[in-house]
Amino acid sequence: MLMPAPDPAILARRAELLARLREAVPDGVIEDENSRRAYEQDALTAYRQIPMLVVLPSSTGEVAAVLRICSALGIKVVPRGAGTSLSGGALPLADGVVLGLARLSKILDIDYDNRTVTCQPGVTNLAISKAVDALGFYYAPDPSSQIACTIGGNIAENSGGVHCLKYGLTTNNVLGVEIVTIEGDIVRVGGKHLDAEGYDLLGILTGSEGLLGVVTEVTVRILRKPETARALLIGFASNETAGATVAAIIGAGIIPAGMEMMDKPAIHAAEAFVNVGYPLDVEALLIVELDGPAAEVDHLCAQVTTLAQAQGAVSCRMSSSEPERLAFWAGRKAAFPAVGRISPDYFCMDGTIPRKALPAVLARLKEFESEFGLRVANVFHAGDGNLHPLILFDSNQPGELERAEAFGAAILRLCVQVGGVLTGEHGVGVEKRDLMSEQFSEGDLAHQERLKCAFDPAGLLNPGKVFPVLHRCAELGRLHVHQGKLAFPDIPRF
Amino acid sequence: MNAGEALEVVGAGTRRGLGRPVDAPHTLDVSGLRGVLAYEPEELILTALPGTPLAEVESLLSARKQCLAFEPPYLSGLGTLGGAVSSGLSGPRRPKAGAVRDHVLGFTAVSGRGELFKAGGKVVKNVTGYDLPKLITGSYGTLAVITELTIKVLPAQEDTRTLVVGGQAAAAAARTMKTVVRSTADVSAACYLPQDLSAPGIAPHTPATAFRFEGVAPSVEFRLSRLREQLAAEGPMTTLDLEESLGFWRAVRDVAPLADDPGRGLWRISVPPALGVEVLGRIQAGLPGSRAFLDWGGGLMWLQSAASADVSSTLECERKIRSMLAESGGHATLIRAPEEVRRGVNVFQPQAASLAALSKRVKLQFDPKRVLNPGRMYADV
Repeated sequence: MLMPAPDPAILARRAELLARLREAVPDGVIEDENSRRAYEQDALTAYRQIPMLVVLPSSTGEVAAVLRICSALGIKVVPRGAGTSLSGGALPLADGVVLGLARLSKILDIDYDNRTVTCQPGVTNLAISKAVDALGFYYAPDPSSQIACTIGGNIAENSGGVHCLKYGLTTNNVLGVEIVTIEGDIVRVGGKHLDAEGYDLLGILTGSEGLLGVVTEVTVRILRKPETARALLIGFASNETAGATVAAIIGAGIIPAGMEMMDKPAIHAAEAFVNVGYPLDVEALLIVELDGPAAEVDHLCAQVTTLAQAQGAVSCRMSSSEPERLAFWAGRKAAFPAVGRISPDYFCMDGTIPRKALPAVLARLKEFESEFGLRVANVFHAGDGNLHPLILFDSNQPGELERAEAFGAAILRLCVQVGGVLTGEHGVGVEKRDLMSEQFSEGDLAHQERLKCAFDPAGLLNPGKVFPVLHRCAELGRLHVHQGKLAFPDIPRF
Repeated sequence: MNAGEALEVVGAGTRRGLGRPVDAPHTLDVSGLRGVLAYEPEELILTALPGTPLAEVESLLSARKQCLAFEPPYLSGLGTLGGAVSSGLSGPRRPKAGAVRDHVLGFTAVSGRGELFKAGGKVVKNVTGYDLPKLITGSYGTLAVITELTIKVLPAQEDTRTLVVGGQAAAAAARTMKTVVRSTADVSAACYLPQDLSAPGIAPHTPATAFRFEGVAPSVEFRLSRLREQLAAEGPMTTLDLEESLGFWRAVRDVAPLADDPGRGLWRISVPPALGVEVLGRIQAGLPGSRAFLDWGGGLMWLQSAASADVSSTLECERKIRSMLAESGGHATLIRAPEEVRRGVNVFQPQAASLAALSKRVKLQFDPKRVLNPGRMYADV
């Protein structure tokens, strides 16, 4: 993965930078190589890079001081939460500083009357729910890494999760942030009130993958936990009938709390791993969760069962207890590690397609299996079209890593071709950076990159992520695409 | 555009009175850009041209039992989908179902540089690149001229009923709101109308605290009955059926209780919901003769000023409102007033210096010559 080349002039300033950072954050600068190595990668494990330095501030003031220093010296900054990014969002730069936010880990305010929690960015996603659990509340977005991932990271990636079908992504559940700009300005956007007073900068910052500012405080919405939840485990003889059932459920006006699909390879891997009783003779499995008061759940479960049977479901089980509901989910939640047992390596892809395209896309993935000589297992957020193909390979076999990457790229191109997008929840990071031109024209990308210029004209925050070309802001001002030909054809492109 | 001459962008013109007046030598009328390009109920998406009348979109959706969950208000006539997105005003369901910005999935537009571009996508789950659809929402046409919109649509609710608690003074209403918010009643709207305001379906000359229940019939029945029992001691209660509920909440959505006397200024005030009743009381105490009500469980206040709006009385009104908001948090927008008044006051909430600077830089990246609705939101933006 090609990253911006390290700048020798910057590397030469390392000693000065170290001294100034140590002044600003006396107990939080990591200098020795072995300790820096702990930050060399995130969950996109194919890539690693030891950063020049790591700094771990404990307050907004320290974050601002660090960014002012980096800004003054022209140092690139890679913000990092828990390092669970699946797209390489926290991949360091050889001549950059990793700015870890894990020490900003306090919950500052819990306000049940306003249904908000205000906390620092290093608080984990699950810790927010735990803090309000005793009074029957929770924080709804539930990415599968929620036990470890931080809310600051969730904001950077606009993380999703199984329940975002009904309850929204991170961006739909955030009311305010405090950020520090690259110049060290502390800016508050939003708060406990429910809409923006001017431009929706909160909406732009969420999902900005560490490119626009560093989040130092967050105000999120919390909800009352539903009174009941029940899951249906539905088996189908084909992907087509499973897909048709999903369409029928939505067409009937039902938005389940969660609706997940697994194909046969994924079902088998999961069942071998957790042994919860998944049917092994079906082509596709649908897990549908309904939540709310019992009267509502009873009604909706009956409706969903009828719809599934009308589409030809071959089996349908309804959870009759909380342990059983959790058991239905256990296989799906263990799908990734389960696949890790049957294959030395795997890539978890992430793309969104129109739901109706699923059978055709799955058929095409079967063709890709032959083309690339690798197997794939699929789990699918059926409700919102977000597909996670798991490409199985062995990096010790010559050429398999490259074939797996090519397979992944082919899948993402296919997503865009059928009217979908490159990423539904994992973010672009470095992983999908070079495919951005599949979805956006040069002009489309220029409009996004100009937004960056409003926040970080020097391009010091997380360069090498999301956008395939590092334009200087002055060039973007004059960027004009004439008859599809781009000016400045000699600018490095990744 | 190359000459740097300004444009005022207009659809059906129903939101022309919103924001600061735009002094522009030319008008760009996009009302001819109308029509639904794609509607896929099972994908939960609808793509349309911005000049498509809102009424046309909603009628198409309701035929397939779907809706715009953010309930855009119909202000002064029949507006367009583009106008609803550009002004970003959300109706009573906002606390439960999300705001306009939570339902805008993608768009194409012509920026102030004269360049056509697209952003977002046509699927409901998308984090590819910056979330420009959020930014374009509520930007009042100052960043780009929208040429196509893709909106997330959702199932309409099978049943709708409303529980109204009558006769509650402000403090009691605040207490009841808090009880409901902390419960599992899962209301889809909550409002408070003081006794001097009226709305269809509720008794006149008495305050009303109203809660809307939506969903499948057994769920609505269960939750409404349970809340009615819980609140039994709070005051006389009535229940509005489906038709009555639709009429009542449309009136709340469209600010009908304050629609009389358009000569008086109308403010839209957004505060942390739990502070709504208290802020309402203090603002009204400071502005005798003003009339106001609360939506969004207390998070949205509509306030009609006491006398016919002129610049000096509106400035005084503005000063009082903003000083109270400095304590509570939130913001206030002068949503309706004669043009010369809107010239003379801060229509939108003045921003802290660093935020204002950022907003201006964002504007200039999209529209460096300030040709699109210059001054519509802030004097120099």
